[in-house]
Amino acid sequence: MIEADVAVVGGGPAGIAAATVAAESGARVVLLDEGATLGGQIWRRDVLAAPKGSAAAWLDRLAASGAEVLSGWSVFDAEPRRLVGFRGIVRFHQVVIATGARERFLPFPGWTLPGVTGLGGLQAMVKSGCDVSDRRIVVGGSGPLAIAVAASLAERGAHVALVAEQASWVQIRPFLFAILREPRKFMQGLDYALALHPGVVRFGTWVVGAEGRDRVEAVRVTDGRRTWRERCDLLAVGYGLVPQTELAALLGCRVEEAVWVDREQRTTASGVFAAGEPTGIGGVECALIEGQIAGLAAVGREVDHLETERFRGLRFKDVLKTAFELRNELRHVPRPETIVCRCEDVRLVDLEPFVDRRTAKLVTRCGMGPCQGRVCGDSLEFLKKWGPNEVRPPLMPTSVGDLAR
Amino acid sequence: MADMLTVRVNGVVMCVPPGFTVLAALDRAGTRTCRTSVTGEPRGALCGMGICQECRVTIDGRSHERSCMTLCQDGMEIVTGD
Amino acid sequence: MADADVIVVGAGIIGAACAYFLTQAGARVVIVDPTAPGTVCTAACMGHLVVMDDSEAQFALTAYSCRLWTDLAARLPRPAEYEPRGTLWVASTREEMAIAEAKSAFYRARGVEAHVVTQGEMAALEPALDSSLPGGLWVPGDSVLYATNAARWLLDQSGTTVLREEVVAMGGGRATLDDGRDLEASVIVNAAGAAAPALTTGLPIEPRKGHLAITDRYPGVLTRQTLELGYLASAHGQATESVAFNIQPRATGQMLIGSSREFVGFAPGVNRAIVGKMLERAQRFVPCARDWHVIRIWTGFRPCTPDNLPLIGPAPGDATVWIAAGHEGLGITTSLATGRLLADRWAARDSAIDPVPFAVDRVAAGAHG
Repeated sequence: MIEADVAVVGGGPAGIAAATVAAESGARVVLLDEGATLGGQIWRRDVLAAPKGSAAAWLDRLAASGAEVLSGWSVFDAEPRRLVGFRGIVRFHQVVIATGARERFLPFPGWTLPGVTGLGGLQAMVKSGCDVSDRRIVVGGSGPLAIAVAASLAERGAHVALVAEQASWVQIRPFLFAILREPRKFMQGLDYALALHPGVVRFGTWVVGAEGRDRVEAVRVTDGRRTWRERCDLLAVGYGLVPQTELAALLGCRVEEAVWVDREQRTTASGVFAAGEPTGIGGVECALIEGQIAGLAAVGREVDHLETERFRGLRFKDVLKTAFELRNELRHVPRPETIVCRCEDVRLVDLEPFVDRRTAKLVTRCGMGPCQGRVCGDSLEFLKKWGPNEVRPPLMPTSVGDLAR
Repeated sequence: MADMLTVRVNGVVMCVPPGFTVLAALDRAGTRTCRTSVTGEPRGALCGMGICQECRVTIDGRSHERSCMTLCQDGMEIVTGD
Repeated sequence: MADADVIVVGAGIIGAACAYFLTQAGARVVIVDPTAPGTVCTAACMGHLVVMDDSEAQFALTAYSCRLWTDLAARLPRPAEYEPRGTLWVASTREEMAIAEAKSAFYRARGVEAHVVTQGEMAALEPALDSSLPGGLWVPGDSVLYATNAARWLLDQSGTTVLREEVVAMGGGRATLDDGRDLEASVIVNAAGAAAPALTTGLPIEPRKGHLAITDRYPGVLTRQTLELGYLASAHGQATESVAFNIQPRATGQMLIGSSREFVGFAPGVNRAIVGKMLERAQRFVPCARDWHVIRIWTGFRPCTPDNLPLIGPAPGDATVWIAAGHEGLGITTSLATGRLLADRWAARDSAIDPVPFAVDRVAAGAHG
């Protein structure tokens, strides 16, 4: 049993910031992270390169803060004042949920072929050692991640043939204006743009199918008027990010798409704070601010000085949401025989008779597999506007031995 | 660079640097298919962050281990196609 | 004109079996349930079709019902996942081998195939079991199925109209919906499981909570429904809390792990402590279970009666209300016999087994809506 004043779950920017500031004010802090190394997804450690920029600065500050970091520590169950993980139990007074986000996947014909990956998914794979040099890659989906990932792939020697952003030019204009007001984001965007060949990025363009025998060999994309084929070795597609709210839900927090929080990042459950993507998708800067607020508030410190930046973050969240809103045409991309639930190979047509997720699951097995309906659940939320999955422990597949302990 | 690790992918010996995931080892071995789906389709890694479960392989005899979340260790035996 | 001859309240497997046999007997049936068919307690069940020997009455009901399932087996659709896996009852101690012997004698005397197996024989049947276990009893005739889809198939076959409405009261040939409308019929069947006492006062049915855990796919590691002989003590005792080793290999290759029993009212949350004990017990009998990945845990409420027998027949005090509830952990097994007994009563014909031990007035005096 581990005891802590403040337990922080998730070792991305929000969790790192929360743990750091809480520990700096003298509290006993434990940071639990599922990954082998800290950083979460956005600051995921590149096995072939050292951390740099703000990631490195925050990691150094965390190391000096006195917070105890437990890596490889997955939390599969929780109850008030207690987290249960593969490695044991953590008892806490306050907890900060910084569980980040996952990608939203939308099914299209051929999306189950090996070589079709998520956007952030492919980036994570590259950072953990996968090789993309000289690969011809098509990037698709939506959101700032698409261009960021494309740029990092190009930097690793990949040939990025196309970046298909489903949102139109007009739709993302508010996002570009927001970026212009933030020098750091602007410079970063410029870097990305320079890393790619001119004309590679196409707006209002989306993937309608992948082809190949045992692995992806080509992709079909459309701009609504014209549909064409691009040869590729890898296809990385993700339709934005989904807040990971399952742990918050298990702890009794109010969740409506994202975890509800007040100006101190307090959720509706006593002693439970949330920061970063679980409270709404906003990116690194937003996560760092919210993480600091949550960490300070958790140890009873004043957070007023961060209020302005927090508001700026909230505005950016709103911009992101509308700028990259998914177009209706994407609902018509999967065919009746397209697999929706990859764990149980349930096709879209199998779900036709049903109006709710639970009945569909119990009858067709859709969402019954080991991903616990995370992948198809997020797709179906968009495709059929079905409500969220029930949340029950274990939060991820957990061995009998760990559950019996 | 620190000492390389030796792992076996479907019986074939290969060396990878420390910090590589099992998925990266599979990639370096040219293996894109991790598992066989319940209707017999080949499947490879999708989310890269432990959520989707598509990259499950057998590691040292334990089936359904996520290759994207497991770091290579010296002497590891990795089998795909489960 | 009446809305139907019979209104069945509850679209779980019991209600579905009642609808199936009542329509076969010529009744016009309407089934009413606010939730989708087979998605509440039915979906929480293991789906073990098992002949039991706690009492003569229980044996008669389970054996008859298992015969009815066997008759249907060839027609059940694939999603019902019917598989004749048999039951391997495992002794955890030398002393329990005596229970295996007695159980074997009981079954054999009544024409049910059963074989006492030694330590070595058991290891050959199921190599994943701890080889130090002393032996057990092999009953090859039992089966398993996926109850949600079996219930839905029974309903489809019956052609019954399903109303997605909530019944709030019943009696005097009427079922009253939550919007105040009345449905009329000569008989209203209360097949609402653990919720039955809310519709018919005086029914001695208590919710008895259970947990099940299902794993990822480990095909072939176990091939039979395997449970401990001590399961009977857990199921038939009235202890506040108990667990017993019980694993069912599913058609998918997944392992369904039970079982727990608690009297805690309708509290649906997963109780980590009891799940821990349940899985600890599973590991003790099947050591390799330690590495299995549990992908989901859920709970359900068995409708439990004081004498462990279901309530099947008219409610005392109101001949228009018939009860089909209180099946505890044997609802999937005994659903068909329950439906058949009520259909026989509807058709005023003799039943294959004596319905008297299940009469409602044995435990519920003067109950009515």
